[in-house]
Amino acid sequence: MTTTPSRTKEIGVSLTQDAWRRLKKSWAAMTALWTLVAVVVLAFFTPLLPLQPPDRDLTRQMFAEPTLSPIWEDTFAFEAELVDQLDAEITEARSEFTAQREEFNQLRPPEASPEAIEEAARTVRRARANVDSLIQRPYADAGFPKLGPLARAMVRARYAVFGEWQLASVCGRDKLGRDLLSRIFWGARVSLIVGIVATLVSLVIGVSYGAISGYAGGWIDNLMMRIVDVLYSIPFVFLVIFIISVLSEDSVKEWLAGYGIDRITIFYFVVGAIYWLTMARVVRGQVVSLRNEQYVEAARSLGVSQGAIVFRHIVPNLLSIVLVYLTLTIPRVILFEAFLSFLGLGVEPPDVSWGLLANEGIQVITPVKTYWWLIVFPSLAIGSTLFALNFLGDGLRDAFDPRMKGR
Amino acid sequence: MISFILRRLGWMLITLWVVFTVSFFLMRAVPGGPYDSERALEPEIEANIKRQYNLDLPVHEQYWLRMKGMASGELGSSMKKDYTVNRLVREGLPVSAALGLLALAFAFSVGLVAGIVSAVFRGSVADVSLMSIATIGIALPNFVVAGFAIILFVFTLRWLPAAGWGSLDQLVLPALCLGAPYAAYVARISRTGMLDVLGQDFIRTARAKGASPFSVVVKHALPTALLPVVSFLGPAVAGILTGSPVIEQIFAIPGLGWHFVQSAIDKDYPIAMGLVLLYTTLLYSMNLIVDLLYGVLDPRVEWK
Repeated sequence: MTTTPSRTKEIGVSLTQDAWRRLKKSWAAMTALWTLVAVVVLAFFTPLLPLQPPDRDLTRQMFAEPTLSPIWEDTFAFEAELVDQLDAEITEARSEFTAQREEFNQLRPPEASPEAIEEAARTVRRARANVDSLIQRPYADAGFPKLGPLARAMVRARYAVFGEWQLASVCGRDKLGRDLLSRIFWGARVSLIVGIVATLVSLVIGVSYGAISGYAGGWIDNLMMRIVDVLYSIPFVFLVIFIISVLSEDSVKEWLAGYGIDRITIFYFVVGAIYWLTMARVVRGQVVSLRNEQYVEAARSLGVSQGAIVFRHIVPNLLSIVLVYLTLTIPRVILFEAFLSFLGLGVEPPDVSWGLLANEGIQVITPVKTYWWLIVFPSLAIGSTLFALNFLGDGLRDAFDPRMKGR
Repeated sequence: MISFILRRLGWMLITLWVVFTVSFFLMRAVPGGPYDSERALEPEIEANIKRQYNLDLPVHEQYWLRMKGMASGELGSSMKKDYTVNRLVREGLPVSAALGLLALAFAFSVGLVAGIVSAVFRGSVADVSLMSIATIGIALPNFVVAGFAIILFVFTLRWLPAAGWGSLDQLVLPALCLGAPYAAYVARISRTGMLDVLGQDFIRTARAKGASPFSVVVKHALPTALLPVVSFLGPAVAGILTGSPVIEQIFAIPGLGWHFVQSAIDKDYPIAMGLVLLYTTLLYSMNLIVDLLYGVLDPRVEWK
């Protein structure tokens, strides 16, 4: 049979496009993907939703059961006028803060004694705390945790739209009478941010380390991988508890706070420092096989620098592995944060995270009465999100599997 | 093989030294100590205490003394209470080990059966439901699983005691909760391994010569499918060892993990450091054993 040359051009399908096509065919992975999109969007827009403030305690409503009927009490009392009233004070506090920082910067060790510098540093810290508390005051009064500028704008928008109307506590209330539904939503923000940022930190370290090690080869590669081996056999869970408890010492905490580092920031780096190990190994393996590809050869013969070859030409080809690993690491990090919160070393009140909520639920289990909603709803939130992440990770792994190409 | 073991032991010493050095200087770098919260001590008493813990010596001598102590198996003594790490280990390790072994046994038996069943009946209702349960087991924190288990088995069905240590029925629930996520992992890994093996030629040959479906799965496929599960054993042992603080705390079990968390929160650094070093040793030995085991099971593997 003779073939006539077809006039339609053969269109190349990239690995990513092919994988995306296969992913779309898997309903489990797509359901997981849409669930995650919904969770992320809801978490992001939480300040806009007509929820009760998450940190507003109402002792008369302690351990109230889930109900659909609205509570007949005043819980949402946000004074929008206060924001404008405080403007002048905030400006004043800011200028004082700037002035004191200037003064602090001019102190130099030889002339000024260490005590004087320490004293000045303390004044600067106090001035900064003053600015912060003035900015947060209207929101804190209403029962919100510390908010960023965007979240503050969203709270004001919510006030403008919904007024003081709010959803009933369909998930019940906790031991201080705080609304569980709202705490789950606000907890999602913290849990997701922690999961994503910590994973990204580990990603940056792992990919750079693995790519450099694999590309360098020889004794450098050997040494770098031995270091990874050594780090692998350290019981990191214990080391992390140790480090965090050391750094939670009040004086250290104050000192770190001067640099704007709180426990969450420490957590990001500590977790990043643990989870990069597997990533480094996987990436290195991939880079070793990519190193001798023709396009790398071509780049080298064009005189592209070593660094550019690694980070412009090789790293983008690691996308599939990195993506799969990302979706499987985020749930582990979220679990780890929950674990630390359980030990009292994770997120600190007034912030909430899912781990903290689940822990609070566990603590009030008694033989006399089980406040089931305090354990069931937070677990549902954690469970469904991590379930979806795991499913998406599995789906991505299948979709990027080269043995499945073209199917 | 001997040189393999020797080399690995050498790396273990280096690892231990790194961990020791890091935690030693971390402890010294922190201004706060275990006595901070209490009222100011008399200078003589403080000097006495410092002398007892060698804190009056220059740092390099302290380092050297501590290292000598560690090397001779003297893991340090508490700065707050009247006991040494060695005594804690003597009392806590058997408890943790018993709990860990039971959890591991549970994780492997249940996980393996579930994995094989869902691989053999791929795509069936049993497969989908088993794998969904496994994913839930991976997705939930183990203290949440423990919470549900307590509500169900202790308060609703009243089958088991809630907490404590001493009798066998007090051991069941904590072991179940500790092993649950690992059972889930084992199920998923053994399912994948089994599916890989079942597609291979020698399985088709075994079927063709008329071997019963049961003997095909158990005698021909299982040994090969077990390999990835065994290589998971190392991290699993590590995870079960280090994952126990939470479970030990919930069920009030006086194991090592519980002591560790307590000492870290009390800022009793010598205890915490001694236990970190102990766990590093345990972890390293477990990984070594698993590597050796892997070589025994799979003739293609060489120890390098």
